[in-house]
Amino acid sequence: MAELLINQERGGTPTETQHTAVVFDDVSIEFDGNPVLDGVSFEVARGETKAVFGVAGVGKSTILKLGLGLIKPDRGKIYVLGYDVMQMEEEELFELRRKVGMVFQESALFDSLTVKENVAFRLIEEGDVSEEEIDRRVREALRFVELEHTVGMFPAELSGGMRRRVAIARAIITQPEVLFYDSPTGGLDPITSTTIVELLVKQRDVYKTTALLVTHRLQDAFTMATHYFDAKANQMRPLAAHSTRDVHTSFLLLKDGKVIFDGSGQELSHNQDEYIKEYIS
Amino acid sequence: MELLSPVDYAKQGVLAVQNYSLLSWRSIANLFAHPRYVADTLMQADLIGVGSLPIVVLTGFFTGAVLALQGANTLQRFGSLSMIGQLVSLSMVRELGPVLTGLMISGRNSSGMASELGSMKVTEQIDAMRALGTDPTKKLVTPRVVATVFMLFFLTIISDLVGLTGGFMVAYLMLGLDANQYWSNAWQNLVFEDVLMGLVKPLFFGFIIATVGCYYGLSTKGGTQGVGRSTTQAVVAASVLILIVDFFVTRMLMVFFPH
Repeated sequence: MAELLINQERGGTPTETQHTAVVFDDVSIEFDGNPVLDGVSFEVARGETKAVFGVAGVGKSTILKLGLGLIKPDRGKIYVLGYDVMQMEEEELFELRRKVGMVFQESALFDSLTVKENVAFRLIEEGDVSEEEIDRRVREALRFVELEHTVGMFPAELSGGMRRRVAIARAIITQPEVLFYDSPTGGLDPITSTTIVELLVKQRDVYKTTALLVTHRLQDAFTMATHYFDAKANQMRPLAAHSTRDVHTSFLLLKDGKVIFDGSGQELSHNQDEYIKEYIS
Repeated sequence: MELLSPVDYAKQGVLAVQNYSLLSWRSIANLFAHPRYVADTLMQADLIGVGSLPIVVLTGFFTGAVLALQGANTLQRFGSLSMIGQLVSLSMVRELGPVLTGLMISGRNSSGMASELGSMKVTEQIDAMRALGTDPTKKLVTPRVVATVFMLFFLTIISDLVGLTGGFMVAYLMLGLDANQYWSNAWQNLVFEDVLMGLVKPLFFGFIIATVGCYYGLSTKGGTQGVGRSTTQAVVAASVLILIVDFFVTRMLMVFFPH
């Protein structure tokens, strides 16, 4: 399917991919002789959120770094928004990365910059955005994560949950076509985690952004698969019992560097594989 | 700790040299590519240049002073105490000014760069910068290289001047030499080749200090312990490289500009 959608000959040149935003095709990578990913293949459709699970060290975060071209695989092909990530030089990858937002595991905010400078980083780097426009968009992004009052603060002055929300604001300020979330709720209390998940649902349903969500918290992904964002009420609501609304959320489970499940939440709950049953129990 | 085979050890060494060379090359190539981070460069110039002024002044002054004190001992035996100005000026301008300033700046700034970039590396801030579409070598490395090369040049001139003043204080106050005699002797014996040698070296040393500091910072692995290791390695490598390059630059300039 990937071959039909993507012109492989064009390397770093973007080609139109109407339905698929991210393609991993037989991707393998090892670190210091230890295989981490072994022939991983999956696709993420446009507008879809795919939650990636697996035990610690199974290569979940590696998938996101590979998708952004921060590291290169030993084998396989990766396409993001039609760009052949494998064939692109670091200089060419910057063009792709401007269309993809990433929320890092520990937020990775620039600790010597204020919240405003962190969120505005991409706009400042683009160079042709006026100060008024930067200010307006920073406040808009911070309002989205309900942290407008932190604009002049430094990351060290924020709590862990607030830092994650600022990292989300930084990732979405340019409204990227694809978002990569690396354990956005990791190490947070249940209430803050729910706030973060609500933001992800809001981003999915309001802006229809494609997302790859790496997490080890199964309940977060199930919340995403069973809730929608009510824009009028400005809050997340559970889907009705027999609702036909498609929330475009799927699940990918990794084990020993291989994909052992790729499908919907319902398929995951009814899967008979012993490991999967134990994992989701 | 795992023991490495000699082959793996050699491979690691070659890889490190290759990565350092690539980083050095990119730090120069970035000068001819957009965007150019002028504000970052000026900020680094302030941190490196103005921030290092006190240690450069102190080092220069006391080096010149001790040079006069030690030199006087020998010169007095030959009845040539009046030549103390020449001894201090030639030693400071040709060798001690650039090398000691380089070593002091390396201790202060190579370590600073390695720890700053190393902390950014281990907290994924470098990856975040790349993910946000910004080249860290353009944003972080090139401004530091330009600022260090530029500021070390002027810091060396200040160090030379302060060193000569230190020598003068000893000659005038402790050895009873005439001020005019000291300064005219120091000034008149300096030739173009001496000044050239003294001012070409800081350009090399500045480049070494910044690229080595940035290289170790960007190659940091292993959390806060790794940051500490990178910082130490950066200072040691930059200091040793300064002394090695000093020998070769001196030899090269002697060949091209013989007295």
